[in-house]
Amino acid sequence: MKEKLHQLKLKYQGKKMAPAFNALHTFLYTPNETTHSGAHVRGADDLKRTMNTVILALVPCLLFGMFNAGYQHYSAINGFPESFSLFNDFLTWDNFLIGITTVLPLVIVSYGIGLGIEFLFAVIKGHEVEEGYLVTGMLVPLIVPVDTPLWMLAIAVAFGVVIGKEVFGGTGMNILNPALTIRAFLFFAYPTWMSGDKVWVHGAVERAGTADAISGETVLGSLAQGSDLTYSLSDMFYGFIPGSVGETSTLLIILGGLFLIFSKIASWRIMVSAVVGALAMGLIFNGIIDAGWLPEYSKFYTLMSFPYWQHLLVGGLAFGIVFMATDPVTGSQTNKGKWYYGFFIGFLSVMIRVFNPGYPEGVFLAILLMNVFAPTIDHYVVRGNIKKRLKRFKTATIYPKPSDEVDSLKTETA
Amino acid sequence: MALLSKKDANLIKDPLADNNPITIQVLGICSALAITAELKASVVMAISVLFVLGVGNVVISLLRNIIPSKIRIIVQLVVVAALVIIVDQVLKAFAYELSKTLSVFVGLIITNCIIMGRFEAFALGNGPWKSFLDGIGNALGYGVILVIVGFFRELLGSGTLFGIKVLGDPVAKTGLYSIGYENNGFMIIPPAALIVVGIIIWVQRSKNRALIEEA
Repeated sequence: MKEKLHQLKLKYQGKKMAPAFNALHTFLYTPNETTHSGAHVRGADDLKRTMNTVILALVPCLLFGMFNAGYQHYSAINGFPESFSLFNDFLTWDNFLIGITTVLPLVIVSYGIGLGIEFLFAVIKGHEVEEGYLVTGMLVPLIVPVDTPLWMLAIAVAFGVVIGKEVFGGTGMNILNPALTIRAFLFFAYPTWMSGDKVWVHGAVERAGTADAISGETVLGSLAQGSDLTYSLSDMFYGFIPGSVGETSTLLIILGGLFLIFSKIASWRIMVSAVVGALAMGLIFNGIIDAGWLPEYSKFYTLMSFPYWQHLLVGGLAFGIVFMATDPVTGSQTNKGKWYYGFFIGFLSVMIRVFNPGYPEGVFLAILLMNVFAPTIDHYVVRGNIKKRLKRFKTATIYPKPSDEVDSLKTETA
Repeated sequence: MALLSKKDANLIKDPLADNNPITIQVLGICSALAITAELKASVVMAISVLFVLGVGNVVISLLRNIIPSKIRIIVQLVVVAALVIIVDQVLKAFAYELSKTLSVFVGLIITNCIIMGRFEAFALGNGPWKSFLDGIGNALGYGVILVIVGFFRELLGSGTLFGIKVLGDPVAKTGLYSIGYENNGFMIIPPAALIVVGIIIWVQRSKNRALIEEA
């Protein structure tokens, strides 16, 4: 097998289709063929390993999303179970069947279209296909509503990959996170499919207007309309709530996040500071309510009085912080910059949530905005460091270096 | 004998392709973003600019030897303003509905960078006939891009062309809409025009690599 592949590689070498072939040849692993001249040392933690680790961290969210798609669908029809049991109500084959028939097509379309475009550009431009899209292609189905029409997803993926990534030069050169570019495109192009109370539960759109009409509002959506919370805290934490496919379960996101931190793939600085930022903004809003500055009839009242730490449990905030904000390409590069970058993502997400009822979820806008600002933040961090060092240099007293010569001179004169 | 000498013909041809005011000189972007959500508005805007730039270039060219150079910008502004008011009044008289959709943007032709740019760069240094051709050429180059952008934005954003429902009726679910197609709301908002113009620039430069600027 390996021999054959190698022969094929030599055959295609220098031909137009070479990048496409190499991409398949080196898929997920770098082949162990070695060059025969010079010394080469390869780190094991290359781009391939990085991407694979992120995908591993995402798999629990994807599986949970499949079950949840079915659970929300049946609960919307039959009512939520009185006494919830994990194995009887949630991890059932019926739920999984709904999940796999709705979520799997999203994954296939996302990968099919995205990788197709990547291969096309690689062949035209003659560069290698990078693994960057493997993560994006996995993130996309997780951050869209379960009933998103496939052709819409296909258009959005094409837009995101071409305009968001390839025009800048491909993996590693993009300014904006491609998965969020796709999400933003969908949101602005087809707002009726991306918000409201019909899109989060499978089948709700088709049943609208009929006798079997069902609906499921996200927690943030119902809060924005000023209604009371219908889900318990544990539901929100474990993720048994309506929402985009893979972002509901805070528990699994935290597990994925810890996995990424301990494998040193994602930056813990960004995660921690984003959480701090979200808590800070939430506390400010709660403070405003507690001080009685906002009358109860204000349209912001319900969202502002939402306990500050619960913001982290609902909506895509946790998912965005763990898997999107930590994108090494579009985030800040300096350690100090990461603190600022993360903090403002959390801060702005909660602010957009509360102040703009048109955008019930603000995390994707906040991350895209900070993506744009990341190079600026880095610039000032580096400049600040240069200034600090110059100052230190000016005030420093420079001692002559002790050297053997001095000693030998001393012994001579003594 | 050809109608125009080769040099004169180039005055019209160049701005249409390799020296396009929008995609190469990146002038007049503001109006290209603002009014291209509908094809009709784009066409009317293109014609208005054609008139203002064609006539304006001739007027400035005729006056070029008697304008004191210190106040030339003011003189140019007066000429454009006069022409724009004529266009505005004509639109109000004969196409009132349309003038309402174009609203302030007809007045804002005054600030269109292409017009002042051509006055400064060409009409002040060339004779009336050449200036006329240059004005027509640049206005056409501007108009072509406007119409292309308007075409895609109206077709994808509203499913119509010149207000005619070419893709079927979105409410009654006929045509493409019966199989689940939906209008792309993103195309209606001005940032979409920026992306469409960007794609035109991309296509143009990959066809003619000489146009790519040094990084």
